[in-house]
Parts: sequence; structure tokens; C-alpha cells
Amino acid sequence: MTAAVSLQRVSRHFGAVKALDEVDLDVGEGEFFAMLGPSGSGKTTCLRLIAGFEQPTTGGIRIFDEAVEGVPPYRRNVNTVFQDYALFPHMDVRENVEFSMMLKKVDKTARAREAEAALEMVKLGGYGDRRPGQLSGGQRQRVALARAIVNKPKVLLLDEPLGALDLKLREQMQDELKALQKTLGITFIFVTHDQGEALSMADRVAVFNLGRLMQVGTPEEIYRKPNSRFVADFVGSSNVLPPAFVHNIVGERRWASLRPEAIHVIRAGAGLSTMSGRVVSRSYLGATTRLGIMLKGITLNAVVPSAEDAPVEGETVTIGFAREALHLMEAEE
Amino acid sequence: MSAVAASAPGAILPNRRGVLGAVSDVFWRRPMMLVFLLLVPALLWLGIVYIGSLFALLLQSFFSIDEFSGLINREFTLKTYAELLRPQNLDVILRTVIMAAAVTVASAIIAFPIAYMAARYARGAWKAVFYLGIMLPLWASYLVKVYAWKLVLAKEGILNWVFEQLHLTWLLDAWLSLPVIGGNSLSISYTGTFIVFVYVWMPYMILPIQAAIERVPTNLLDASSDLGARPMQTFWKVIFPLALPGIVAGSIFTFSLTLGDYIIPQIIGTSAFFIGQAVFAHQGTAGNIPLAAAFTVVPIVIMGLYLWMAKRMGAFDAL
Repeated sequence: MTAAVSLQRVSRHFGAVKALDEVDLDVGEGEFFAMLGPSGSGKTTCLRLIAGFEQPTTGGIRIFDEAVEGVPPYRRNVNTVFQDYALFPHMDVRENVEFSMMLKKVDKTARAREAEAALEMVKLGGYGDRRPGQLSGGQRQRVALARAIVNKPKVLLLDEPLGALDLKLREQMQDELKALQKTLGITFIFVTHDQGEALSMADRVAVFNLGRLMQVGTPEEIYRKPNSRFVADFVGSSNVLPPAFVHNIVGERRWASLRPEAIHVIRAGAGLSTMSGRVVSRSYLGATTRLGIMLKGITLNAVVPSAEDAPVEGETVTIGFAREALHLMEAEE
Repeated sequence: MSAVAASAPGAILPNRRGVLGAVSDVFWRRPMMLVFLLLVPALLWLGIVYIGSLFALLLQSFFSIDEFSGLINREFTLKTYAELLRPQNLDVILRTVIMAAAVTVASAIIAFPIAYMAARYARGAWKAVFYLGIMLPLWASYLVKVYAWKLVLAKEGILNWVFEQLHLTWLLDAWLSLPVIGGNSLSISYTGTFIVFVYVWMPYMILPIQAAIERVPTNLLDASSDLGARPMQTFWKVIFPLALPGIVAGSIFTFSLTLGDYIIPQIIGTSAFFIGQAVFAHQGTAGNIPLAAAFTVVPIVIMGLYLWMAKRMGAFDAL
């Protein structure tokens, strides 16, 4: 498999700030790839480097095996969907979508046909005459998408594409984006700080923190086998267990992650015992209830199905979990 | 627990004492009343002082003057407007409009690069330097600046001296020997009037353009580049159209200010009248208020047409 985008020891420094530090990364052709991290983690810088808005301080970037050093954005066969859409306010929707074809001097009828097809694809057929200012946030998002895919780029970059949308719309757009990527078959690289979004949409996820690439893997790998405290903490909610605690269970002094849903909570009266603790907090989440259970000086989060007889605060409970659910992490910190 | 609850304040706090407290409460319940009170001075000003006097002026222009007695005949007539179409008056209007148009075009051409640099490249201290440089001339008296220019442009002035030092006197002479725009020296030619107009109104052109360019989000430029536009294409397809409302706003200033000014052409330039001077002369010594009023209506009508055209061209669409 050729890499669609390949970063080799790429760093981008702004003065003393290392926005991106020695990142090695390969994104496969046709992949739906997510770059996940908190703000300031370097994920957006990474995207801007691929688009060509920034140049790496050191290291090399290759797009479909071509080095792109010194190649300006307007010569790269890569298009971007911007976070706040960046639609041209002085043009209507059709002119926005036709913009790149207009620059390439594609003739008017072909232009209009392609633009309409792209708008159909994002379910905005017939909206060509509207101005961006007359559209809702979700519709603008779709126009930005249409404008980017009308070029049939080799790689489509999406910078927090769903960040400004409300929850329902976001879930709907997630499904549509996935479907669109399947139809077009082009490589999507999208940046997000929402771990749920990254896990549900991407084929593979890269987790960034403080300019460094922490882990790359499938959503399942990232979720079940986080390699570091940061990833365990940032992706989903996990119990990060300190070495002393882990030593008691498996005899190894390593940090470990234990997902709340892997913990079975047994009422004290049931007569079983593996480890017992006291329920110190209880939050009702709808279908499930999250319990904070204090044992051996730490508080574990456990998720149990909501039921009338779910344990209450102050109750002593017994917990158990499968040994495989306890994932020992390589990183020392 | 219950003791704490008893000493805690109630849901409704005791009334704040005094008139101010009561007034605040009234305004809080009727916010429109506050808006109304705030609007009254502005409405009085606009309604009576401004619109009122404009209306009075308009009314005057439909009166006429008795040519023998010099008395104003307060009967509705279009005679005064017919008078406006006499060749010598039409000349004044044409001269003023052409000057205003030339000043506007020149200002826009000179101002754009300055505004562009300031908006896109000047940062921090440089930005402060830019604002000072633009605003500083506005703080000096307008008359001082105009008289300073008279000295600069005079035959014995600095500009002549500079041309002499550069051995370019022939160029200046060639320019001055041109018909209409030339003259004995720059300070008594239309060229001189033009230069001073451009200088004096320049800040009013630079600032709106700069504001317009500054409002163009950088991500639009990124998007343009991302979609394949070379820097020049980005300039013409994205930056320029979005800066156009700024240019139009600036041109409204330069155009209308030139249309109405009567001091600059009096101090620098030929003895031929501009609209402002004509108004000044007719309402003063000549005592022909109706004609003066009719002359003032001309710039108002021209500006009305200008704004209407600008709107039709879509100059305000991106606002």
C-alpha cells in the first residue's frame, strides 16, 4: 500500500515553541484517518503542514511519494475543509463551489454541471443561488465540503469539520462524512479534539499531545490498549492505575488502564469477594450509572447498567474484572 | 441547617433605597423607555438641526430673486434651477465634479497599497506608526496645511527647488504648459488644487480601506490558495472584492468633501469657482440665497446618485 501522506521526522517550531516535534506518520491511500488531541497538541499544525500553509522546520513530507518541500498550497492536489468553513462571502454558493474550476478556466457549462453534482452529493442540490450568509451552520459546512471535493483531490483535509455544529447535526454529519468517503474513495484526514468522533468515524487514529505523536492505531487498539497515561486518559474515560496498585493484582510494577465498563460491581450481600470498596459517588447517565468506588486509597470509575437496585453512595460493594481488561502500559509515565 | 436557612436572604431582596434605585427598577422593567430617552437627543439633533435646515435649504432653492430689486420672491418656481443651467454656472458644476472624481480616483490608487500594507503586514509598533502617520495630519489645522502647501507649490517653493536639483525643471515646465491643468506655477493651477485635495482627504480614503482589508479573515486567503489560486488571483478574486466596500466608503468621503470644499480652491488654484465658492459668493455679497441653495442641492443629488449606483453595483453586499 502506498502511503497517501507520509511524514518523516517532521518538526515545526514557532520560536521556542515546538508545535510539532519529530513526528513520523504514514496515512494509507483511501484511509479515513483521524488526528486527535487537545488544543495545542499539534494536530492542526500537522494538517496545515500537509495542506502547505506551513513549512516544516525540519523533516520531510511526501504526498503520494512526491516530496512537497517548497510546494505552495495552490500547487498541491490536496483540499481542505476549514474549521469555520471559510466560504467567500461575496460569492453565492455556486460561485464558491466553482471557484477552483473558474481559476482553471473550465468552461461555464461544465463548471455548472460539476458544481451542481458536488452540491447534490452533499444534499444541497438547488441551493446554488443562495449566499453563504443565508445558510445555517450545517448547510455552510456542506458547501465547504462540496467546494473541496469538486476538485477530486488526492487527499481531503478536514479541520474540526463538525466542531461548530450541535450534537444531533454532528451525529448525522458523521454518518454522512463516512458514507461520502466510501463513495469517493479518497483519503480523508480529519482533525478533531472529540475522542468519540475520532473513534466512531476513523479507520485509524493518531493521538497527539504537546506536539508529539503519542500513539497510532485502530480505534479499538487505541481504546483497549492505550500505550500511555495520556492516551488512556484522553480517549474515553479510563481508570489509570498507579504501579503500586497494579503490583498488588498482577505482581508487576507498571502503570495500567482499566476501562470502567470492564469492572463488574457485585452487591456486598451477594456473598462473593474479590476486592471490596465503598461507593463514594454516583452519577446517573441514562442507560448506565457511573459509580466512583474507593478502594486501597484510589477511586475507580465503574459503569453499571442503571437499575433500581444499583448501589448507592456509601454502600460497600465488591468488584471484579477479567485479567485481560487490565492493560499494562509500556510508557513509564 | 434550619438556622442557616432562616438567616439567609429571601428570594426578593429589600428595595434599594433612594430615587436612583427606583429609577433603575423602572428602566429594568421597561428597557424600551431607556432606549427612547437615549435616542431623544440624537433625534432632536438629526430631526431639527440637520434635516430641518436641509429642508429649509431645499425650500429656499424653489424661491427666486427679483433681478431689479434684489428681493427674494417667496413663490414656488423652478426659475432658480433654470439659472443653474446657464453656461457659467454649469461650468462651475462640471469643474467641481470632474475635480472630485479625479481626486477620488487618485486617492483610491494611492491609498490602496498603503492600506494593504498596514492591514496585512504592519504589526505591533509598526501599526502604531502607521496610525500616527495617517492621523497626525488630521490633528493639524486644515488652514495651516493648505497654506503650507501654497508655499511648497509656489514658484519659489520647495517643489520647484527639488525639480531644479534633479535637473527636471523642464519636466515641470512641460507639465505647466499643458492647457487647462497647467498655469504659471503649481500653486495657481488646477494641478496644485488637485494635489492639495488628494493630500488633505487621503486619510479618509486610507482608513476605511484598511479596515475593510483587515476584516478579511486570513482563512479566506488560505482557502483561496488551497483551491488553487495563485497570490495574484487571490488578490483580485478575494481580497479586492472584499475591500471594495472600503474603497466605496472612502470615495464617499473624498468625493463629497471635494464637492463641498470652498477653501482649498480659493487659496490654491485658478480664480475659477468651484461649487462651494459659488455658494459662498451667492449667499454672501450677492445676496442670492435661492441660487446658493440650488447650488447646494447639486452635491446632494450627485451624492444620492453615487450611493444608489454603488448599491446597485453591490458594493455593500459584503458588509
